[in-house]
Amino acid sequence: MPQEITIHLTDREGVHHELIAPTDMQMNLMEICKAYELPVEGTCGGMAMCASCQCYVESDHVLPERSDDEEAMLSEAFFVKDNSRLGCQIQMNDSIDGLKVSLAPSE
Amino acid sequence: MIKTDILIIGAGPTGLFAVFEAGLLKLKCHLIDSLPMPGGQCAEIYPKKPIYDIPSHPEILAGDLVKNLEQQIAPFQPGYTLGESAVSIEKTKDDQFIVTTDKGTQHQAPVVAIAGGLGTFEPRKPPLERLDFFENKGINYIIKDPEIYRDKRIVIAGGGDSALDWTIFLEKIASSVTLIHRRNEFRGALDSVEKVQQLKNEAKIQLITPAEVIALEGETTLSSLSIKREENTHQLECDYFIPLFGLTPKLGPIAKWGLEIEKNAIKVDNTLDYQTNIPGIYAIGDVNTYPGKLKLILCGFHEATLMCQSAFKRIFPDKRNVLKYTTVSGVSGFDGSSKQAAKSTIKTIE
Repeated sequence: MPQEITIHLTDREGVHHELIAPTDMQMNLMEICKAYELPVEGTCGGMAMCASCQCYVESDHVLPERSDDEEAMLSEAFFVKDNSRLGCQIQMNDSIDGLKVSLAPSE
Repeated sequence: MIKTDILIIGAGPTGLFAVFEAGLLKLKCHLIDSLPMPGGQCAEIYPKKPIYDIPSHPEILAGDLVKNLEQQIAPFQPGYTLGESAVSIEKTKDDQFIVTTDKGTQHQAPVVAIAGGLGTFEPRKPPLERLDFFENKGINYIIKDPEIYRDKRIVIAGGGDSALDWTIFLEKIASSVTLIHRRNEFRGALDSVEKVQQLKNEAKIQLITPAEVIALEGETTLSSLSIKREENTHQLECDYFIPLFGLTPKLGPIAKWGLEIEKNAIKVDNTLDYQTNIPGIYAIGDVNTYPGKLKLILCGFHEATLMCQSAFKRIFPDKRNVLKYTTVSGVSGFDGSSKQAAKSTIKTIE
């Protein structure tokens, strides 16, 4: 059985991308975006210490709660909405198959 | 004019290690960095984070890595221009480069190594209308001269150490200090958080949370802010607004130096020596790109080493040299210090 899920992502220009993400490589959404060469900087490398991978979750998947680090970063990020998450904190696993997200504006 | 052999732009781990490798070849280095301290991202973004992929360090804090590198290169007496960004480069007739910073400091060297990581750290600016207009007319992102805030009404926004530290500091000289943050929790050193709590309890500062500045008002200079707290918006008069949301790297002026840029990074010849399309200018570490590039500190160290060998040949085209091992040759610093492996003792056993 292939260990893959699909993520539906809308970029900053409104273009839709279907991202096929492996679930057995300990990857997060920021890394998947980089693997697809989407314009996500991932400046801090995934430590929840920059907001360059901020995205808005648009489907009703239940995601793990924001960690303190993520919460702190989002409280200093810009363009934050209730459904804002840092892509680097969203791990690829079966429970988020079909997740719909859009990229937040770059700062 | 500061003169050196290799002028290194960026004092992160890669730039720092380049000083060591250059030193082994008797080349002097000078480093320029926009941050006030060496270390780059390791110092600015994640000094307290452990790194696990530095060869022979099963675990090392980013801040300690920088400290160790500084210690390792100290014998080679690198020069530093800190808190200044390299903005322009020109080539002289005798094949030297002159690099000038935003503060006008000039540096001259036959070789320039750009080790600028993701670029110059610039303040993160909140997306507020007329923000550009009020810059230096009431809005400052960096506190250069605290005296200008004496007896003024200050509003600080942010939830990290710098917001806390400057609140504590400016409370002593400003006529009023208001700290605004989008949540009640602050991410900072515990004693700073406690100190701010105490200042709030004593009504020495005003703390507005969870809230944010949503608009700026004023004619020629900033005169007030609109602050949204939960569903209510109110105006707060002030003389200065200091948003402290950390720093973010931007490639900046280097992008306009005529270097070949690809995906926000400088293209180099990785089959040889990490030289750019301009002979004499190298790019090492996270700032460069080539097929198969990995942005890792350990790769930056390798690139710095090869760059130095190539720089030596460029500076001394006719001087013969071979790679030396520190286990054999030791380390002879420019400061007169010398480290050498201990000689084995040979003694007869009777």
